[in-house]
Amino acid sequence: MSSPEKNTEQDLHAYLDGELDADSRAEIEVRLAGHPDDAEKLAGWRTHKSQLHTLFDDVLTDPVPPKMEAALARPVRRTEWRSWWRSAAAAVLLVAGVGAGWVLRGEITGPDREDFVRHAVSAHVVYVGERRHAVEVWAKEERHLVAWLSKRLKHKVKAPYLADAGFRLVGGRLIADKGAPAAQFMYEDQAKRRVTLYTRRTRDKGDPAFRFEGRKEISAFYWTGGPLAFALLGEMTREELLKLARTVSEQLKP
Amino acid sequence: MDQRKAIAAELPRLRRYARALQRDPGAADDLVQDCVERALSRLHLFRPGTNLRAWLFTILHNIHVNSVRGEIRAAERVVASTDGEIPIEGVTDPSQSHSLELRDLSRALDALTEEQRQVILLIGLEDMSYRDASEILGVPVGTVMSRLSRGRDRLRILTNREESQKLRRVE
Repeated sequence: MSSPEKNTEQDLHAYLDGELDADSRAEIEVRLAGHPDDAEKLAGWRTHKSQLHTLFDDVLTDPVPPKMEAALARPVRRTEWRSWWRSAAAAVLLVAGVGAGWVLRGEITGPDREDFVRHAVSAHVVYVGERRHAVEVWAKEERHLVAWLSKRLKHKVKAPYLADAGFRLVGGRLIADKGAPAAQFMYEDQAKRRVTLYTRRTRDKGDPAFRFEGRKEISAFYWTGGPLAFALLGEMTREELLKLARTVSEQLKP
Repeated sequence: MDQRKAIAAELPRLRRYARALQRDPGAADDLVQDCVERALSRLHLFRPGTNLRAWLFTILHNIHVNSVRGEIRAAERVVASTDGEIPIEGVTDPSQSHSLELRDLSRALDALTEEQRQVILLIGLEDMSYRDASEILGVPVGTVMSRLSRGRDRLRILTNREESQKLRRVE
């Protein structure tokens, strides 16, 4: 006399986990009846399953951390971000590829300035897409930020006030520009558009005039003031950015 | 905005899974935070009508495996399991208010391989189907089932004090 047919291990798991239809379940139950050892094993697994809930279900009713709620409330204009990234990446390639062309059109001379614009654009593209790590020091520590960057650049820098133009300071960071310290300030408007101001010391004197370069959505103005070179970059029209650039340069006059 | 609400509705489960996976509540919430932010930045990749929960868990899983934390944890486990001892020292003890059985289970869970633990938690705690688990983990359903089977066996042995002694002698 043969013992009743035995369920496979896999059947038992699938049965426990609700993977089976009613017919298969019924068949398994019939076979289980003849194999108390399997029934016991199944009961053990089932106990573990319910114990897992006892261990971890507390979290379900924990209040959601404000940071998570904030992330969900923040508007992400995804299509714009996407096209922004595509064009930004293209801009970097373009600058890297035909950097000389960029500089010539801007009537700038000297390798220092050429690198300057390239670094400013790279830094803009790299950090403007960051959310949690957009800056090293946030605007709430503006005094510390400005003091720190001034110290590193060995020249007084400040974060221009652009709130009247609709842009508030996000914060800033120190950037290595060919081994020399450079600073980036980031601003954001209500629509989450970001502009960056990039600055470092330059050996090129004079030529404080604004120069403009634009590639698709990215516009950049660059100029010098005292020992520093500045670049203001953003995803906006030339006119819009120029207005901002004037405000910035006015405030940063040496 | 509906999608945001839908994501918000999944937060409790994402947090529960992350907590069970990471144990450290802070690290678990960081993981979920990263997951939410990545999901939001990739909403355009989500196909409406498909399973949002599985999509979110997939993102969370990928961040977890790629994170340094994940690597460190995995490395610790390898070290811990090569000495032939069931690594119960140094793992986070669940709240002392839990019964002995629950503490045994909690420790046993820590003694599983990372891969077994993921499957056990996705299916045993999160009630994922085998297919969803297979998609989330990026492995065939058969692999999910064998990990589940081995994981459950191991949990059973580890939570049975007599059998667990036997296991130590064998290893």
